[in-house]
Amino acid sequence: MAYKNYILVCGGTGCESSRGDEIFRTLIKEAELQGVKNDVQVVKTGCFGFCEKGPIVKVLPQESFYVEVKPEDAKEIIAEQVIKGREVKRLLYKKDQASSDKVKIEDIDFYQKQFRVVLRNCGVINPENIDEYIAREGYTGLERALFKFSPDEVVEELKKSGLRGRGGAGFPTWLKWDLTRKAPGDVKYVVCNADEGDPGAYMNRSTIEGDPHSIVESMIICGRTIGAHEGYIYIRAEYPLAIERLKIAIRQAREYGLLGKDILGSGYDFDLDIRLGAGAFVCGEETALLQSLEGKRGMPVPKPPFPAIKGLWQKPTVINNVETFANISVIMAKGAEWFAKIGTEKSKGTKTFALTGKINNSGLVEVPMGTTLREIVFDIGGGIRNGKKFKGVQTGGPSGGIITEESLDQPITYESLTALGSMMGSGGMIIMDEDDCVVDIAKFYMAFCVDESCGKCAPCRIGTKQMHDILEKISNGNGVEEDLAKLEKIGKAMTKASLCMLGGSAANPTLSTIKHFREDYMEHIRDHKCRAGKCKSLVVYEIDAAKCIGCGICARRCPVPCITGEKKQPHVIDRARCIKCGECFTACKFGAVVKK
Amino acid sequence: MPVQEIQFTKELIAYIDEWKSKPGSLIMMLHRIQEEFSYIPREAAERLARIVGMPLAKIYGVITFYHYFKTTKPGKNRLAICLGTACYLRGGQDLIDESESILNVKGEEVTDDGQFSIDAVRCLGCCGLAPVLMIGNDVYGKVTKDQLPEIIAKYRKA
Repeated sequence: MAYKNYILVCGGTGCESSRGDEIFRTLIKEAELQGVKNDVQVVKTGCFGFCEKGPIVKVLPQESFYVEVKPEDAKEIIAEQVIKGREVKRLLYKKDQASSDKVKIEDIDFYQKQFRVVLRNCGVINPENIDEYIAREGYTGLERALFKFSPDEVVEELKKSGLRGRGGAGFPTWLKWDLTRKAPGDVKYVVCNADEGDPGAYMNRSTIEGDPHSIVESMIICGRTIGAHEGYIYIRAEYPLAIERLKIAIRQAREYGLLGKDILGSGYDFDLDIRLGAGAFVCGEETALLQSLEGKRGMPVPKPPFPAIKGLWQKPTVINNVETFANISVIMAKGAEWFAKIGTEKSKGTKTFALTGKINNSGLVEVPMGTTLREIVFDIGGGIRNGKKFKGVQTGGPSGGIITEESLDQPITYESLTALGSMMGSGGMIIMDEDDCVVDIAKFYMAFCVDESCGKCAPCRIGTKQMHDILEKISNGNGVEEDLAKLEKIGKAMTKASLCMLGGSAANPTLSTIKHFREDYMEHIRDHKCRAGKCKSLVVYEIDAAKCIGCGICARRCPVPCITGEKKQPHVIDRARCIKCGECFTACKFGAVVKK
Repeated sequence: MPVQEIQFTKELIAYIDEWKSKPGSLIMMLHRIQEEFSYIPREAAERLARIVGMPLAKIYGVITFYHYFKTTKPGKNRLAICLGTACYLRGGQDLIDESESILNVKGEEVTDDGQFSIDAVRCLGCCGLAPVLMIGNDVYGKVTKDQLPEIIAKYRKA
């Protein structure tokens, strides 16, 4: 080793926004000030995944895993570990507050059961340095695709691997490529869908931020296979860091002769360009995305013809999601057999998920297909926050459905998720606990779809608005039982008749919550009660006279004010004037204010 | 009546010149204009229409389709409050309500002094820090209602 120590600082958006960059710069400055700058190399890497405990700093070769690091800690890390060779114990990840033992990285619950294929380089290499990517077998897949395999054999290899599209319905990748390759026409395009608009999902962003070259390499392989010479990466404008890293990666690849004319002397030409999205969820739908790439309003068009035949500017186009592409370079480098061993019979490989919501360890995870939801939520995710009760997990965002306790032991595959009324779609996995209200959640997702519906087809444009209005009515306590049947009827019509998947799946969150939590809906309708206390118009605040000590803090915090009472005597809320802001509930330290 | 043409910086003109001949580049040019003005003024859209020879209606069709493009000037400090699912579950809406009451604005309104506006945004992508508030390039994670007055005060001009 050229250096005594290597310090890896997480440079993902999550850690970066909690002063990760300042930690990185302070470490370099401290190394210089303390005269050890030749002993240590500080590297900014991609996401470690363990966002809950960020910012994360890892020191090699000791494998010290420091969590919740602050810029002020940099001085001590350099002074103690680099100079004296002692770990900074107080920063080490510990299983619980009491234990002082160091936990090895592979023994951290969060990382057990995970298997990183897509995220293989995230948190390992410096994403802004092409040499580090190459050192980890980077671009060897491309080399094989250019010199060892014919395009036919590349398709054959993908077929053997069993890779299916990670963005939605799970269409076999090899077939998509093969159709485009065989489609007539001289001009063809490769497009990468990095328009990750699903709220609560950030796997694609982290993949690009942590390992942009894996996307660049795979797109070149795709171009060579189908006979395209131009590619576009369509990425959300809201992802500035990912865009910057992609730009750097493309520039470096050009410098190394991996992009441009006559790649590596093979005679094959290919180049890439970045195009920004502008905040339209529907553009995640491939035909809408292509419209947007052409500079138009991103409205979907009917299929067929499929993009493989008529795509960008009416030319045959392969359009794959970031995660699908990230798998291809490694399949080409390690071989289809290696890949096909991971996962289940019909769903090969791994899947990344963004684990968020009411969970102890929120973060980015990658597991082999076939892992159960229970393993993800309870083993990796560490269970529900504050010891609350698990209610459900929403997968696939506004297009997916809620999965409940009894289905937690289902292995995750394309087929099982569809059967559960959800979809692989994106990998947002939002955990809900007993304090969340399904009506409120369904309303939230439907409001999102109302906003995002492009308005082209009637079932989606009108249906989402109607469903939203009914949900709003129920959440205000004005619902009637027939409303549930109405919701189901409109939902089914939208599913069948919408032009694209946005409308086609917009009803999923509502339909699946009605299916699994009908009683919760009925409580809103029949008893005008929201058990979770989320539907504001149904909540009533009261003071429990037995618990109230009459400190008066609630009365002082009340903005109306509608709380009265003598000092050291139980207080009372005037319901007629109460605006249900919940200030008193949060203010009371004795649990005397109760939500009903 | 002669109309004063809106000023474009040299860099902006160069950018448009570089992109206007590329197919499908309207969205990229609009991004660049918004970067310059913090929104897309009508005059800028008109000037772009003249430069690229495209009907103004078509350009407006694109601007109004995408949430990212703004047609009104936002406050000097934009409070971007995340309403992605994770943030919503952990109280993002409460942050919006509270900020509106502190700043005395509703929806897309700008405060009278032009200092602040609130923007409910879709997933900033740091769900681990939910709920998240972003002002300029500063990100505040795990924000509670009580912290808002102090955070906002930091950006208020003395």
